[in-house]
Amino acid sequence: MCLAVPALITKIDGVMADAELAGNQTSVNILFTPEVRVGDYVIMHAGYAISVMNSAEAEETFQLLEEMAGLDAEE
Amino acid sequence: MQRSEAFRDPSIVEKLRARIWAVSRKPVRIMEFCGTHTHAIHRFGIRQLLPPTIEMFSGPGCPVCVTDNTDIDYAIALSKRPDIIVATFGDLLKVPGTRESLLTSKAEGARVTMVYSPLDALNLAADNPASLVVFLGIGFETTAPAVGASVAEAESRGLDNYAVLSMHKLTPPAMRAILDSREIGLDGILCPGHVSTVTGWKAWQFLTDSYHIPAAVAGFEPVDILWAILEIVRQCEEGKPRVANAYPRSVRPEGTRPAREMMERVFEKGPACWRGLGAIPGSGLSIRDEYGRHDARRLFDVEVPESSVPDGCHCGEVIRGIRKPDKCPLFKTICTPLHPVGPCMVSSEGSCAAYYLYG
Repeated sequence: MCLAVPALITKIDGVMADAELAGNQTSVNILFTPEVRVGDYVIMHAGYAISVMNSAEAEETFQLLEEMAGLDAEE
Repeated sequence: MQRSEAFRDPSIVEKLRARIWAVSRKPVRIMEFCGTHTHAIHRFGIRQLLPPTIEMFSGPGCPVCVTDNTDIDYAIALSKRPDIIVATFGDLLKVPGTRESLLTSKAEGARVTMVYSPLDALNLAADNPASLVVFLGIGFETTAPAVGASVAEAESRGLDNYAVLSMHKLTPPAMRAILDSREIGLDGILCPGHVSTVTGWKAWQFLTDSYHIPAAVAGFEPVDILWAILEIVRQCEEGKPRVANAYPRSVRPEGTRPAREMMERVFEKGPACWRGLGAIPGSGLSIRDEYGRHDARRLFDVEVPESSVPDGCHCGEVIRGIRKPDKCPLFKTICTPLHPVGPCMVSSEGSCAAYYLYG
């Protein structure tokens, strides 16, 4: 039920948007994420985008994890 | 590279695994609240990566599983009315009520339709003006905003033949109920990623403030889950509980405000009865008076036979985390995904289904 998937926004038309979801085209309601732009990834659940994925945070996550994992080498 | 693939990178998984083994000293019991986490943990073999000091417990985070049989029976009774079309997420179709399921009711002629989104149910109402479409609103904070939005849209479009049977539930009160019961001594909570996407991670602050228990919000890829487990283990070792956000690409401190506002606009908090946990005050969402003409509970006075739980079904204990699915005598003998006795075997998020599929 809480399954939600990342979808790439390809076109926006009012509160509805076209999105690419694992290679398929779908439509998604973006009422809850008015800030979304074409090219963003959203987290999609039950036909609605519930958040816009923050790509900067995703990059930072990888840096953080690399640093965290790097500690092992020093131990 | 696809995003989800990056968060499945075996080299990062291995580094996180090694880090958890290096940090973990004390035995810790961690509950993953969310059923989607339960399935991801089984599917990716996360338990097999963890040191023997860490034991995972599945929590009540499967909306289908925690829906009380009284509600299931009510939905089935609605489906018997010839003027009603019941629209539902697929998960609910096979859940056994006291006497039958929605699927068997459909086989007997009831109009029951599976939808992926409440928007589909709304369109069904627009296309069938002579019928009443009742959408079965189940789900936590992740789902309630979408269902709320469909009610608000029905109101603004004047679609009086669209109603919702709200069985929505809120997750923090259930988490409190589990902790207050003290049936399991939990040392850490893996908080649900998509509930927290809507509510914000601050919704879990009470875990550290009131219960002094380490917590981390996790996404659903192996890297996300292992990162959150590492955060919890580290907090346990250091004795400094806090709510860590290990899913920052989707979860913000305050969540997704327009979604939260939609939920608050259409619904108000009320009592709810949870399978396994019983009545929990303030844990349910009822449709507000302003939207009363889209509230199936107010519109239809159907007679529901007295509800009961199937003999020998231990879903209640599985939901509370005090019984592992393979310790239920019905598991894999009488109760299978093809012939489920209880909802935990039906739902794609149920613990029993996860144990059945992945062992």
